[in-house]
Amino acid sequence: MTVDRFVLYRHMLRSRRFEEALNRLWQAGRISGEMHPSLGEEAIAAGVVTALEDGDALALEHRATAPLVVRGVDLFALMAEMLGRSDGLCGGAGGHMHLFSKEHLAASSGIVGAAGPAAVGFALAAERLSPAKVAVAFFGDGAMNQGMLLESLNLASAWKLPVLFVCKDNGWAITTRSASVTGGDLSERARAFGLDVEEVDGSDVVAVAKAAHTSVARLRRGRGPTFLRARCVHLEGHFLGDPMVRVLRRPVQEMQRIGEPLLASVARDDGAPMAERARGMLEITGRIGRFALDQTRRRRDPVARLRRQLARYGTRLDLLEREVEAEIEAVVARVAQPVAPLEPAPPVHAQHPEGRA
Amino acid sequence: MRTLRYAEAVEDALAGAMARDPRIVIWGEDVELLRRNLLVRFGPGRVRSTPISESAFLAAGVTAAMAGLRPVVELMMIDFSAVAVDALVNHAAKIEVFSGGHWNVPLVLRAPCGAGYGDGGQHGQSLWGWLAHIPGLSVVVPSTPADAGALLLAALEHPGPVVFMEHKLLSDDWLDFLGACGRTTVSFDVPEAGVSGPVPDEWQSLPLGSAAVRRDGGDVTLVSLGVSVHRCLAAADELAARGISSTVIDLRSVAPLDRDTVVEHARRTGRVVVVDEDFREFGLSGEIAATLAEAGLSCSFARVCTDATTPYDRVREAAALPNVRRIVEAVDRLWN
Repeated sequence: MTVDRFVLYRHMLRSRRFEEALNRLWQAGRISGEMHPSLGEEAIAAGVVTALEDGDALALEHRATAPLVVRGVDLFALMAEMLGRSDGLCGGAGGHMHLFSKEHLAASSGIVGAAGPAAVGFALAAERLSPAKVAVAFFGDGAMNQGMLLESLNLASAWKLPVLFVCKDNGWAITTRSASVTGGDLSERARAFGLDVEEVDGSDVVAVAKAAHTSVARLRRGRGPTFLRARCVHLEGHFLGDPMVRVLRRPVQEMQRIGEPLLASVARDDGAPMAERARGMLEITGRIGRFALDQTRRRRDPVARLRRQLARYGTRLDLLEREVEAEIEAVVARVAQPVAPLEPAPPVHAQHPEGRA
Repeated sequence: MRTLRYAEAVEDALAGAMARDPRIVIWGEDVELLRRNLLVRFGPGRVRSTPISESAFLAAGVTAAMAGLRPVVELMMIDFSAVAVDALVNHAAKIEVFSGGHWNVPLVLRAPCGAGYGDGGQHGQSLWGWLAHIPGLSVVVPSTPADAGALLLAALEHPGPVVFMEHKLLSDDWLDFLGACGRTTVSFDVPEAGVSGPVPDEWQSLPLGSAAVRRDGGDVTLVSLGVSVHRCLAAADELAARGISSTVIDLRSVAPLDRDTVVEHARRTGRVVVVDEDFREFGLSGEIAATLAEAGLSCSFARVCTDATTPYDRVREAAALPNVRRIVEAVDRLWN
């Protein structure tokens, strides 16, 4: 296969700029609830989704934006959905964790792990209805401890279904370090279920694309499911406003808010022995420290990484970036307009020539 | 008396109970962060973060309780109980009967519930009627800080499994974590009397299944729980200005259900409106209607509930949830 890095870069940059715009709207209070951006996962989305063809299915999670952008879902409809507009992708009823595009066979869920069985079902339907089509499940390392996902690995393997399980491994399960709640190794788990396993650096889009294309080709030949593990960093933590990110970015205010009750509590005379309390304190400080360390690995920002590789094509790169920025700006400008009124209903007599009232 | 926020009241009552009873152990998603104040006081042996494995860690709570612990298992939202419901429906609720009454499951499941902050239909359900449907489960939905602390103690003292739900519009820690996420640019219809209020210096548990009459009036009885109690009180003010006097009953628990209090006031006012944020059909509101019918009462009846999957967009979400306007309109309809 040949990998066109400009094509991949365009996908990644569209997703990045789109989500940056979402971030601004969210910060301004125009988007409600939680917002789990794909920032840092763009290479995984671009590398995997460009390996797909029409008729392949996407089973997505709460972090669904990047795969949908790469898949070609209309950006205005997507943004309008996040804003809860009636002209959004799901009429404003779904919201950012519940994005559905029937035309793209793409379904998302805010229930961690649910992408596993969803992909199995899509693959089962493909086997009967559209042979050689495949299903992809996107999920995080945190989901790999969810029973339904592990059951899905087994089901897909036992039934030799064309499922690509994409584990976006950032090392964190919400605000808990995955290593502290995970036994064994995730790739070994998948191997034990009989899946082919590919491991890639999820910030290297070329590596992801190659692994995904190879895996999907194998799926189309009916060789059974693959587990693709791609390591990545979430540039904004689990969700926008992640308390761990807040501590790093506004240490004084946040430590005041968190610190006072914490110190009052640790100093209470009834409680565990001092050694236990110290272990508790260490747990918290260690977690923040580890998170801070991960956040310093911003050179694993996949968009910046690919851009460095393409920097020598200055003019072509500039043009591409200007196009993407203009595209996103146009979408933002369009959502700044009120919802377009519905087309006026045709007069009753046009629908009912008999003149029925 | 002290003044505490709802979230503080729950934590304060829980901390006191943990200090007295070493059998109480907490686990759930992210609790080392969310319950950090308890972590540093009671140590990592009693406050532990779980993997995102709801079915396993909730089911483990069942046997841990059977074997002598007093687990307080946390789900990040009651919606996620659907992933783990086997532990509740087929196990926690049934062990006492299966064992001939010899073995209890003193498990507390703690979870935030409710909508009103625009998080979509999979993260804002109430589900208390759905859970209370199962014989053997108690389901508690406090509406004030004082009740939250007292009912948490009651849940811990109860010999059977109790689902303890904290509405996200009342528990400001949850609302900040899931709704505002540090922003000051979003606002929520938060009832002040539910978010912060007087609590006793020393916690005393309340009996499960005892409703509170929040307001006494002769024309109509509003039966509610959780955030909706505060909506009822606001509606009662509006109705009073028009000469209609309302009783507002705060059920405080769905199971056990304080049927006597409901029947007593329904008999007096002859008009009942159930205001229930849970889904309308096959749930608490229908159960209240059945209770009234079984008591031989023939009163005019209406219900204000959530009728369908909650839409994400906040305008339609607010319209779909029980609100003051819907309550007042429902009361008005009883006279037509």
